[in-house]
Amino acid sequence: MEYKLTYSKYKEALMSGKFCGLKCNKCGGYTVPPKKVCMECSSEDMDVVELSARGEIKTYTVIRVPPEGFDAPYIVSMVELDEGPWVMGNIVDLDPDKASMELIGKRVSIGHKAVKGDKFSAGDGVALAFKLEG
Amino acid sequence: MREVAVVGVGMTQFGMSEKTQIEMFSEAAMDAITESNIEPRDIQALFLGNGLGDFEEGQMNLAPMCAADIGMPNVPATRFEGACASATVAMRNACLWVASGFYDIVLTGGTEKAMAMGTPMATRTFAMGSDSRYEGFAGITFPGAFGMAAHLYSKKYGIPLQKLKEQMAMVAVKNHKNGVLNPKAQFRKEITVEKVLSGVVIADPLQLLDCCPFSDGAAALVFASVDKAKELTKKPIYIAGVGQGSAGPLYTQKDFTRIRARESAVKQSYMQAGVGPKDIDLCELHDCFTIAEILATEGLGFFEFGKGSQAVEEGKTSLNGEIPINPSGGLKAKGHPIGATGAAQAYEIVKQLREECGERQVKGAKIGMIDTLGGDLATVCNMIFRR
Ligand SMILES: [Zn+2]
Repeated sequence: MEYKLTYSKYKEALMSGKFCGLKCNKCGGYTVPPKKVCMECSSEDMDVVELSARGEIKTYTVIRVPPEGFDAPYIVSMVELDEGPWVMGNIVDLDPDKASMELIGKRVSIGHKAVKGDKFSAGDGVALAFKLEG
Repeated sequence: MREVAVVGVGMTQFGMSEKTQIEMFSEAAMDAITESNIEPRDIQALFLGNGLGDFEEGQMNLAPMCAADIGMPNVPATRFEGACASATVAMRNACLWVASGFYDIVLTGGTEKAMAMGTPMATRTFAMGSDSRYEGFAGITFPGAFGMAAHLYSKKYGIPLQKLKEQMAMVAVKNHKNGVLNPKAQFRKEITVEKVLSGVVIADPLQLLDCCPFSDGAAALVFASVDKAKELTKKPIYIAGVGQGSAGPLYTQKDFTRIRARESAVKQSYMQAGVGPKDIDLCELHDCFTIAEILATEGLGFFEFGKGSQAVEEGKTSLNGEIPINPSGGLKAKGHPIGATGAAQAYEIVKQLREECGERQVKGAKIGMIDTLGGDLATVCNMIFRR
């Protein structure tokens, strides 16, 4: 069976403002970022769905020594989506020097940020951009 | 399956080296071969760990080059890559091929020249161990992943971050103290908790001395069937158990204070060896970052989940503690040439079980363990040795 939500399609949707994932028709579970089969039950029977694009910060770090091609400092965070899965992205509306343990548990809305590729990355990419709610 | 033993070991000085990956491996390999009382022509295959040789020296297909350099150009020679766990994955395969009866004597180990890349390029290539599509574009780094683990740990177990950072610093202090006693270690200098806590921040909350260095180095071991081993050496060290586990990208692992790849691997190792954590006399484990050592001591079953940081503070993991962790100085002080790291851990355990470690000898050690982690906690491979 054809790969349902490829990175290229996922990226295209995200760049047009739609954060998409996969919802399983067998168990109802969500697989985000996409995989070939459901992360919960291994079924291939999943549909592409637009997600709520909201979640809660589970942890974070401030990168101060970046890989080649990135400008530090910036915040990397793991967010638990309202649909269940965890995703990695950047908290973009906070001064990195103000990041603290207080962030954990805070609600975020999820957008995107285009990222220029380098000679190893097979083209340009996109990262999830988290914004603190309220 | 037959029992397998280590008959010889070799290891280069760790740190910055002017030698190539091949040259370093050849030195370690010939020391291991000489110690095994065999010739290169007696070896039937090479299982080589290497992480980033392509980027460090533009060298792909390294294993046949290494085999040729030590006079065994025609044996099957294969490179194994499991990020920082590469050498242990290679050793596990070497062990299983001998255990199966297919080979009687094999050479294994690893080599790496990470310092050739410089920090920005090294940070970029190490980060290739993350999911390049769904994590890499966020600019995640290895210290970043473990920084996030430290924050998760602090929150989950209700240990105030400043307290946890002090306990993490004690891991670095301990491993540097052990490193002073290891002539092959990259750093042979004691440090203090204050010094760790005043270091430049690499990825919150990890400071410079919470992190292992980039390193060059190689280590090698000769494995043989037990029958052969008894002919070759008076001090065979037996491989009692091996295990390997995987996990997907970091985001699929959710609460990664629990490293599922390790829990899966170590279950296999303990079951095969017929022992449990209480039976282990010493352990060389993957302290790429101070928090990583704490998580590993819990995942291997030495301490309850959430109690590992306290155990460090109580001295339980010191050289004379109840379970000495990283007597060699660990990745932190001995150095972390990624593709060689697991082999260097095994080198230390074999030397310890033979009682050849001088001032850092863990007295009476009979059963030792190694544990190596690769990628964003996606590969863990461990091995149990006994004398
Ligand atoms: Zn399902």
